[in-house]
Amino acid sequence: MTTSAVSLPAALRPRQLLNWVGVAPFFLFATLFLILPTLNIVVGAFRNPQGQVTLENLGKLFSPSIRAAFWISIELSLLTAVLGCLFGFLIAAAITLGELPRWLRNGIITFSGVASNFAGVPLAFAFIATLGRLGFVTMLLRNWFGINLYGSGFNIVSFLGLALTYLYFQIPLMVLIITPALEGLRREWREAAESLGASGLQYWRMVALPVLWPSLLGTLALLFANAFGAVATAIALTGSSLSIAPIVLFAQIRGDVLNDPHLGYAIAFGMILLTAIANAIYIFLRMRAERWVK
Amino acid sequence: MTGKRLWSLLAVALGGLYFLLPLAGMVDFSMRMKRGEYSFEAYRIVLTDPQFQHTFLYSVGLALLTIVIGILIVVPTAYFVRLKLPGLRPVIEFITLLPLVIPPIVIVFGYIRIYNTSSILPLTGSWWGTNILLLFGYATLALPYMYRSVDTGLRTIDIGSLTEAAQSLGAGWARILTVVILPNVFVSVMSGAFLTFAIVIGEYVFAALLNVNSFGPYMVWMGGNRAYEPSALAVVAFAITWACMGLMQLFTRFSKFSTARR
Repeated sequence: MTTSAVSLPAALRPRQLLNWVGVAPFFLFATLFLILPTLNIVVGAFRNPQGQVTLENLGKLFSPSIRAAFWISIELSLLTAVLGCLFGFLIAAAITLGELPRWLRNGIITFSGVASNFAGVPLAFAFIATLGRLGFVTMLLRNWFGINLYGSGFNIVSFLGLALTYLYFQIPLMVLIITPALEGLRREWREAAESLGASGLQYWRMVALPVLWPSLLGTLALLFANAFGAVATAIALTGSSLSIAPIVLFAQIRGDVLNDPHLGYAIAFGMILLTAIANAIYIFLRMRAERWVK
Repeated sequence: MTGKRLWSLLAVALGGLYFLLPLAGMVDFSMRMKRGEYSFEAYRIVLTDPQFQHTFLYSVGLALLTIVIGILIVVPTAYFVRLKLPGLRPVIEFITLLPLVIPPIVIVFGYIRIYNTSSILPLTGSWWGTNILLLFGYATLALPYMYRSVDTGLRTIDIGSLTEAAQSLGAGWARILTVVILPNVFVSVMSGAFLTFAIVIGEYVFAALLNVNSFGPYMVWMGGNRAYEPSALAVVAFAITWACMGLMQLFTRFSKFSTARR
């Protein structure tokens, strides 16, 4: 199309132009509300208030409090990603390979669609109502089994509580992503393995998991990024008593802590960097996975 | 064989326990406002609270406008890329995936830095500006889902022939898009729209940082100040998410049915 535009400029140019006019609003929108704001943050992270290029802001990321916040965030995201993958995989395996009734499979897939979108403030409320000091399960355990959850040191406003809450959207996301991959495992592969005398365990270890591992690792990276960017759930659950990176940034933007926007830039840049790496891993492994699972 | 089935049932049962208990807890807690009996008192208080009505309707309005903006931006783009500019596809797909990569809090931070009162385009300085910023922000958050569903919808119809047929009857581009293309991808557009609605209705971070008093900040305020009402709000929010996803599935099923007939 571009070559013909060169040879027949008069006839084609208006039409070509029209095509570009058709996509222009999109590019204007993406530039103004997605690319420029992000670039502003990235550039700001490398500038001091006088506008000179500096690495000072990024250096502040390694101050004890900020480093601790990032570290808790990474731990939280990694833990919920690994557990989300594990439990999500078990559920997905159960509904695809477990010879369960069709309606149960469809029901679980639909519910996963809802639960993976039921993040944020209401999810935090649901967990407070369930595992809070007077929550449903807390009272159930106390009245029926004589177990005092809070007496044993548990608190929903904690790392563990937050991890339990995040799993509520992490596991369903894993189910949604990995179920098609599991359904892509061909019956012939299993039959071939069995006819060569492989046990079930050998089939999984030597055939299924090597085929699935890019999908599994890729989803792990996606779940990591998913947890890392979550703010609303954490704020609604813990207020600001647990200093994870997004909450620290939230407080910085609000101006609750101090007025150093460039530290805010640096924290934001750190977050982009981590989620970008996680997503790059996801995309790379996804492309590898698609070679096998079709 | 039965052993496999037993293990699967066990996995599903344990998963079911984890996923249903918080729902049960939420419903149970929301009904315990009156001592010693179950009642809908918390719901009554929430639903008659003028603040609830105001913020909720406000968020509904934001969600509907976000859907309109999303359609206006995504449908022409996906159409022209598919029909005339296939070379742009990788670029556009990359851009539409960016909102999943960049944490929302970072995007809104960028807005505050770029569109503050001392900038060329001081959107955050006025009520209108702030709301426009919020709407486009939500359209950004919804972009990956909206683009995916519209693009999938366009794949199932022969837009080349439809366009030529419409052109031979003398239709211009605006007419082709609104009268020919949009009705044909309506089902996909709706499925993107319901997802957008579910995302926007309870959104907190954008609204809170742009100081807009919508449903998300209202819920967080309730969470900090009341005991039983937040659970009632969570039940309402869950019902809305469920309704959106249900309608989405219904529409998708309907679309499979209609393409199968064709």
